[in-house]
Amino acid sequence: MFQVFKKTNIDFVGKRYFSFALSALMLAFGIASLVFISQGKANLGIDFAGGAAIQLRSEKPIQIEEARAALEEAGVKGAELQEVVAQNKLLVRLKQDIVQKNVVEQVQEALNKKFPENQFTVESSTEIGPTVGQKLQKDALLAIAIAMIGIIIYIAFRFEFRFGVTATLATFHDVLTVLGIFFVLNKEITLLIVTALLTIAGYSLNDKVVVFDRIRENLRLQKRESFDQIINRSINEVLSRTFITGVTTFLVLLAIFFLGGEVIHDFALAMMFGLVIGTYSSWFIASPLLLLWEKRARVLKRASSQS
Amino acid sequence: MKKGIRGRLIFILLTVFVSIVFFLPSTPLYSKLPSWWGRFFPDKGITLGLDLQGGMHLVMEVEGEKAVDNTVERTTESLKRSLEEKNLAAQSIRREGRDILLSFAPENKEAISKILDEDYPNLATKQSGSGEMVLTLRESEVNRILESATSQALETIRNRIDQFGVTEPLIQQQGADEILVQLPGVKEPQRAIALIGRTAQLEFKLVDDENPIARQFPLEIEADQEAAFVQEYQAQIPPDDQILFERMVNEETGKVTKRPFLVKRQAALSGDLLSDARVSIGDFNTPYVALTFDPVGARLFEKVTEENRRRRLAIVLDNTVYSAPVIQERISGGRAQISGTFTMDQANDLSIVLRAGALPAPVKIIQNVTVGPSLGQDSVENGLKAGMIGTLLVVSFMVVYYRASGLLADLTMVLNIVLLLGAMAALNATLTLPGIAGIILTIGMSVDANVLIFERIRDELRAGKPVRLAVDAGYTKAFSSIFDSNVTTLITSFVLFLFGTGPIKGFAVTLSLGVMFNLFTALIGTKVVYDFINSRWKLQRLSI
Repeated sequence: MFQVFKKTNIDFVGKRYFSFALSALMLAFGIASLVFISQGKANLGIDFAGGAAIQLRSEKPIQIEEARAALEEAGVKGAELQEVVAQNKLLVRLKQDIVQKNVVEQVQEALNKKFPENQFTVESSTEIGPTVGQKLQKDALLAIAIAMIGIIIYIAFRFEFRFGVTATLATFHDVLTVLGIFFVLNKEITLLIVTALLTIAGYSLNDKVVVFDRIRENLRLQKRESFDQIINRSINEVLSRTFITGVTTFLVLLAIFFLGGEVIHDFALAMMFGLVIGTYSSWFIASPLLLLWEKRARVLKRASSQS
Repeated sequence: MKKGIRGRLIFILLTVFVSIVFFLPSTPLYSKLPSWWGRFFPDKGITLGLDLQGGMHLVMEVEGEKAVDNTVERTTESLKRSLEEKNLAAQSIRREGRDILLSFAPENKEAISKILDEDYPNLATKQSGSGEMVLTLRESEVNRILESATSQALETIRNRIDQFGVTEPLIQQQGADEILVQLPGVKEPQRAIALIGRTAQLEFKLVDDENPIARQFPLEIEADQEAAFVQEYQAQIPPDDQILFERMVNEETGKVTKRPFLVKRQAALSGDLLSDARVSIGDFNTPYVALTFDPVGARLFEKVTEENRRRRLAIVLDNTVYSAPVIQERISGGRAQISGTFTMDQANDLSIVLRAGALPAPVKIIQNVTVGPSLGQDSVENGLKAGMIGTLLVVSFMVVYYRASGLLADLTMVLNIVLLLGAMAALNATLTLPGIAGIILTIGMSVDANVLIFERIRDELRAGKPVRLAVDAGYTKAFSSIFDSNVTTLITSFVLFLFGTGPIKGFAVTLSLGVMFNLFTALIGTKVVYDFINSRWKLQRLSI
């Protein structure tokens, strides 16, 4: 039997003060980014903010500064440019208020006029009006809310209410943290990233359910152990599974990250962050939260029986 | 026991067979199959999304408010005519926003009210004085126009696209006032947009050359001076007239200028009286659009040309003058033509929009995603590459870690992919790039159920249980974990499916199906193999 983890006995719950502090910090970033996003100050993709994105391919490599100058000259102002050097690709992004009519043609013409020996072809273009962006934003938020409620109900039904709430809280923590990381890295928040966030939520819950399932099982089996001992033992017991599933998922994400093309590059990146953080929070956030709940309940019970 | 195993094996093989049959049309292999195959078996496979095959995705907003404005305008004109016919000509009748302001000699009030009651049931009286009235469209009428504007626009756009010739377009209403159009494989996106988005309101309007102001008009002005020009003359022109422009292109320099015309506001004839529009080739090989009126239109055209000989008749499309020929003689037979400096494509598109009819209201493009075919091809290749490398990595890892059992998990993973593709083909689902990501992610997570089971079996083996009991116990104990964790994932992917649009929906489809098949293959797929082995040989050790 080939094993990575022999019988481990790590005290996960005991490190909760440290992990709570760390998570509070990460959450602060997450919430801050949420505030910035709602105020439109974040790097929102055109799916949400409206505007135009044009992807061009040229025959030869191009100097990004020259391309910018060519566009400014042609009257296309305020464009954000980005290049994929190895493939001679140029991405042009324009925010809502500076998109003009026929902007795609204008950009292509301007570049081809300036660089006659290096012709540009439009590979893809996206133009989105502001009303669509707002609608998509609303839909995304609604989707997240409904998914969370559905899951609380399901877990509360299958386990107990406290399991549902703690698992959902921890999952919120994961989603917000990844959002915070993307905000700090100034990555563009697109519809695909929201999809990644929801997938992370699914994956992270999946992980928490496995741990909780073991806690539930151990709770039934033995009554002599204390609650924190049961939690610790349960996490240690599923450590090996968490590691292996984590590795296989991480391997395919690496494949998407490096080979999937630039469209789903950031999606894979978000998922990788989500994978790591989701696993961390199953151990250090969801389970200790469960313990907090239990202790508080016991204190309350004692208080009520004394009075 | 043995019988149960055979049953399950047959069931699994059957699902694999069905999946392959469904998936075959999506592979290049399908073209090599004999022709009778398609008659008995499915001939439609997975559709590639626009991001994978290239094409256009448009969302348009129908500006229904404009349709309401148009109706008010038309009603005003028609009311004016009705009153003139009955010799009740109002001193002034004009439109102001949604209201029609009417002032008249007080003694005519009763007669006018009668006409309104009988012929204009869609108008409500907002205010009524002795010599004036304010009329407005009834609320129910406004709502009816708003509702029908979108469905009419949808129908018109569908007609145009049908004639434009795009294979498998998707045209559907979305919400109250939006129309979604997907055109796979369109090569000239700008031309398609021009065709779809054009209102195509064709009108014939008399040119008011007698008016002294018209004589002051210059022959051409700079293209960007249009608004300023209108502003300058607006106050001087009679209320019955309007200024329209013809677009002129200098053939040598390519410079665009505008030529102003003073025309009657009221159209002498409009495009809804056309029965056909075709492209013809005139002298010097220049294409023009030949129009044929329906009987009513033909009669009207004859009358208009007879009454207005030596005057100019402007052919106006979407408030742009195309040409303004002088009427030489009475034209009977209901034929006319639009000439101008057209390319063949332009003339063709013009004839399409005229045949398909005008949009009831202008449409605004609010979302336009265009993907070139080469990028789509790249995406498919990237996706396949990433998928294959990812699969290979997972397969090797599982074999190294779990030996023979790992191989078994890999087999169920392959089974899972086959079933997933088969189901997608059976549902005729659309595969998008995020959808491919969903499949790859499923590959990564598909071993999870087996990992949970294997770890349990290992626990049992370590506790000293014999192989067969350990396997059974492993499955039983892992069940609740597998079930609960997959259902929670299913809930999120289902929500994504319900609320997602476009590519996200594609992702949700593959992920949901993947999770469901995970559950199936993990609980039935590997178990049957263990049961089969255990029923034949008494294993002392398990390669796990």
